Amino acid sequence: MSLGEAPFRLVAISAGTSDPSTTRMLADRAAQAVVARLRESGRNTSAQVIELAPSATEIAQSLVSGYPAEAVQNAIEQLTVADALIVSTPVYKAGISGLFKSFADLLDNDLLIAKPVLLAATAGSARHAMVVDDQLRPLFAFLRALPAPTSLFAAPEDWGSPDLGKRIDRAAAELAALIVSGIGRDIADGGWGGYQHAFGGNATRAERTTADVDFDTDLMRLARGGN
Amino acid sequence: MHFGIFGVGDIAPDPATGIPRSEAQRIQDTIRVAKAADEFGLDVFAFGEHHNPPFVASAPPVLLAYVAAETKNILLSTSITLITTNDPVKIAEDYAFLQHVAKGRMDLMLGRGNTVPVYPWFGQDIRQGVPLALEHYNLLHKLWREDVVDWEGRFRTPLQGFTATPRPLDGIPPFVWHGAIRTPEIAEQAAYYGNGYFANHILAPNFHFKPLVDFYRQRFEHYGHGRAQDAIVGLGGQAFIAKKSQDAYDRFRPYFESYPMFQGTSLEQMVRNTPLSVGSPQEVIDKTLTFQEGFGDYQRQMWAIDIGSLPVDVALEQVELLATEVVPVLRKEMDARRAPGVPDAPTHASLVQAAYGDGETRQARPRPNSGDNTSGPLPYLDSDPERPANMPRVV
Repeated sequence: MSLGEAPFRLVAISAGTSDPSTTRMLADRAAQAVVARLRESGRNTSAQVIELAPSATEIAQSLVSGYPAEAVQNAIEQLTVADALIVSTPVYKAGISGLFKSFADLLDNDLLIAKPVLLAATAGSARHAMVVDDQLRPLFAFLRALPAPTSLFAAPEDWGSPDLGKRIDRAAAELAALIVSGIGRDIADGGWGGYQHAFGGNATRAERTTADVDFDTDLMRLARGGN
Repeated sequence: MHFGIFGVGDIAPDPATGIPRSEAQRIQDTIRVAKAADEFGLDVFAFGEHHNPPFVASAPPVLLAYVAAETKNILLSTSITLITTNDPVKIAEDYAFLQHVAKGRMDLMLGRGNTVPVYPWFGQDIRQGVPLALEHYNLLHKLWREDVVDWEGRFRTPLQGFTATPRPLDGIPPFVWHGAIRTPEIAEQAAYYGNGYFANHILAPNFHFKPLVDFYRQRFEHYGHGRAQDAIVGLGGQAFIAKKSQDAYDRFRPYFESYPMFQGTSLEQMVRNTPLSVGSPQEVIDKTLTFQEGFGDYQRQMWAIDIGSLPVDVALEQVELLATEVVPVLRKEMDARRAPGVPDAPTHASLVQAAYGDGETRQARPRPNSGDNTSGPLPYLDSDPERPANMPRVV
């Protein structure tokens, strides 16, 4: 490995709404730590943050129209080509942000298969600490993503504590290891046919042409008049 | 190239009065719109099929048979006929009958339908929607091509020695389009049989369905029906036209905004991002020409213009504007841009010509009743002895 290889692409999603936003800050710090880790292992990384708040209206419109609006489609395309994600959401009313969940509801079921993901949440009280593992982790389990073992959570007191920095480093090391190992790609490549897909989807391996489609299935035989 | 209008008999409150039309009024209005489409020279009127309020579109062949009697030239079609929840035997009978009544001036479009509760009303299950559609069409295809059918499948009772009557007009089955927007198996079936493929292109981003249209084209060629560019493609669209662009927006906006299907979006966004055309005749022409550019040469363009809240006078005016100001220009422009050799959509006349040349067409004449309400293993005077009915004796 060397810095000459194609850089990894890291995409962070923040559902924070204020400016500055602690949700965004947590995503930024995690992204910086992951980039630093990957650089140590000899790889350049491009990191990019997608803020959901400016696209709030388009996210809501996409939910009711059934098709992703332009800003949403652009975000989906960034996620599609990313080697790994950092997702960061505020906790509201004891749950993840509705904006974040609305965005997640617009993703193809197979978009993030075996994609390494670092889960992060912020809240106004440490009493919400389990929301990230109780709610984000099942969501990404449904999407068959590959969340890092350590999730990040920051309440107000954490921003003055060196322990937050340590947890960020630990989570970043886990995500970096997942990225470098290539395990996500191996899982997706090796088992792609075993997951459910829709024709013309956004996933990198989605079927888009006759060359991608398996014609040797019961339904395809039925389409050709067979039983 | 066919240009036409399609509708589903939807009823929505008039935004000015808040009062929806009665079902009786909506049915009569639909008939007036269909007749106007014929008088102003559109090529196709298509209708149906839904089975719940606020729609009156449950019996397309009934409406179309009446419209056939009241019109001269327009081709009648469906948008769509439910291949999942209708018994294919009844589809074979109803539409062959319509074909005779309309003297061949019809075809039909098959689709799955999209809501969960409809299926159990007809004894079916939406989770089986795709295999139901595929199997039902396989049977329908046979029923129109073989006088005597023995058949067994997963979804309906087996058939032994069954003959669907009447036999198709001149022995030529109605032309079929398969409507699909996300299912490659349906596009594959359309391609396998050399049937038409219709992408109802409204309410989704521009060119969203191009990959599936391309898929159909390539498989059409794969099965030897012609070049990919010759495959029989139809597209949906939606339009509201006024002489001046701003008038079109001003007049359409209240209908758009009160329409549940468009909730949460603005008219300008829908026009920019989807195949909805609102504006002057020239703007509608320009937008429709982008369909030909994006999807390749195609054979049928249908527009939804008669939506549920639109008073019939406005719908009639839209038919006139579409037929007199938009379609003649599009016909000329699209013809000029069409690649050499790309065929028109089949009609009964063209299919008869292809099958028989100038020879005699088939006229099915039944043999006499053999005493048990059947006409024996060879039901027609010219039935193929290679395909006799298999009719087990019931003792």
